[in-house]
Amino acid sequence: MARMILARLGEVVLVMLAVSFLVYLVLEHNAADVAVKVLGQYSTAEQRALWLAENGYNAPFIERYGIWLGHFVTGRWGSSTHYRELVIDLLPPYLRQTAILAGTSFAIIVPLSFVLGIAAGVREGSLADRVISFVSVGTTSIPEFASAVFLSAIFVFWLGILPGASTMTSGFAWAELVLPVMVIVLYDFGYVARMVRASMAEVMTQPFIRTALMKGASPARIVFRHALRNALVAPITVIMLQIPWLLSGVIVVEVFFAYKGFGTLLYQACLNSDVALIEACAMVSVLVIVSTQVISDLLYTLLNPRIRFGAGAQGRG
Amino acid sequence: MSFLRALRRPGPAVGFAIVVLWLGCAAFAGWLAPHDPLKSQIPLQFPLDRAPDGGHFWLGTDLLGRDILSRMIFGARTVIVWAGLSTVSAYIVGIVSGLLAGFYRGWVDRLLSFVANVVLSFPVLVLYILIIVTLGASGLNIVLAVTFASAPAIFRIVRALAIDIASRDFVSAAITQGESAVRIMLVDILPNATGPLIVDACLRLGYTAITIGALGFLGLGLPPPTPDWGGMVNEGRGMAMVFPHLVVFPCIAISSLMLGLSLLADGLREASRAGSHG
Repeated sequence: MARMILARLGEVVLVMLAVSFLVYLVLEHNAADVAVKVLGQYSTAEQRALWLAENGYNAPFIERYGIWLGHFVTGRWGSSTHYRELVIDLLPPYLRQTAILAGTSFAIIVPLSFVLGIAAGVREGSLADRVISFVSVGTTSIPEFASAVFLSAIFVFWLGILPGASTMTSGFAWAELVLPVMVIVLYDFGYVARMVRASMAEVMTQPFIRTALMKGASPARIVFRHALRNALVAPITVIMLQIPWLLSGVIVVEVFFAYKGFGTLLYQACLNSDVALIEACAMVSVLVIVSTQVISDLLYTLLNPRIRFGAGAQGRG
Repeated sequence: MSFLRALRRPGPAVGFAIVVLWLGCAAFAGWLAPHDPLKSQIPLQFPLDRAPDGGHFWLGTDLLGRDILSRMIFGARTVIVWAGLSTVSAYIVGIVSGLLAGFYRGWVDRLLSFVANVVLSFPVLVLYILIIVTLGASGLNIVLAVTFASAPAIFRIVRALAIDIASRDFVSAAITQGESAVRIMLVDILPNATGPLIVDACLRLGYTAITIGALGFLGLGLPPPTPDWGGMVNEGRGMAMVFPHLVVFPCIAISSLMLGLSLLADGLREASRAGSHG
């Protein structure tokens, strides 16, 4: 087990190295371009040349990358040209806001999709199954920006009971969290619910369920003691792999509701060509995803020791 | 035919009808659209308001006075053409690399799998934003971004299928007969993997349409005058509290297209499963 974890961690480090190289290559391969982005359109050629020389941009690309990586690993993430602040000081409050949004959504998605998935999967083809399956296909088909529009139209424009923007300028407000969370939950619960349903439906056809039934065990006992345990292995890993999707959705939702989180920050950074900030945001988001993948792998092995290590589950990528 | 069997159930049939409807809009946009999608007429008309030529603006007009229904119909062409091209391109890359990895295994497999892992470590939208911001917003760059971001997932599916199929007797027989590797991959392995791939392609086309919509919504999609559903939402967003029709109709368009594709994919999956059980 320890060796497997070490091997997995080694792989993670390799992936992170490759990712950092890719990010650096995309954003800083052209040094002259970086100077324009940092100093602005109206800087003179001398200013740019001076800045390039001062910041070591005249060195070969690989050497620059090495130095940048060293700085990044030790927490020197550069400063944001737009916010005029050190990136490492700038990020935490935005990340916390996103953690609140994603965490709240997750806390609703998981129980909701499990209850619905189990209810649908216990009896395949029943009315409950068909209704739940149809609803989850339907809600998963509405992109986040569209459901944000529909929900705003209903709750802000028509009923007038919720705020249409979530800027939270006067401190934290639960009311401003309702619509963003609703949008994310609506888009994401369906997929997980269908996974739980499929897993549950499959387990219910297994011989040991029939045995339990013939022994005279009550339906509740069969579902909770026998079926659930075996049905939850696959969905739990799927849920972890759902986090990249959650993160993508969070960006759209945050921009839509002007919620001051990680997504808005990345979006602003891109609009302002804020190189250091884009790099940091990209790296942080990848780190989050890679960690969830590792946790998912570990859970999978823990819950099902028969699974050979490395044969990871496939997400909808 | 699993396709025809799938259409016997109501869900997939409805899905198929929606997809055909939008395909029809895309193909015959010039005939179906009541107005020129780029022509400025009277700004911010509500649905059913009279048009100067005696007709109606059935769904109203936008900020620049362009007919929303016409822009929606032409928008179907935009999204289907670009989402289609992107998906096809991602499939070509995914299938070729998946077959190579699944057939040859060894270092080819390890290298390609590593590349796929690296790409799949990004949240999809972050990857798109990085690529579009670096290369600029254009149709071709969207194709490039989607190919880069989706090919690894297709690669994984094809690779797994190829490994499974390559272990069967008829492939060993082909190898013993001395058939070329290319022939084995394309004639013996690929045709046996099409079932799951068609279902995935249906869904992926929908997700790509959603992504192009999301990029348009973020202002990173196709450049402005092009009628694009996501772009329409982005343009109308500022005034949505007063003129909800600016954003609601394009949102209905993209949601219905995705719903159609998911229902169809669902039906195809069920049908192929029922088929494989006899």
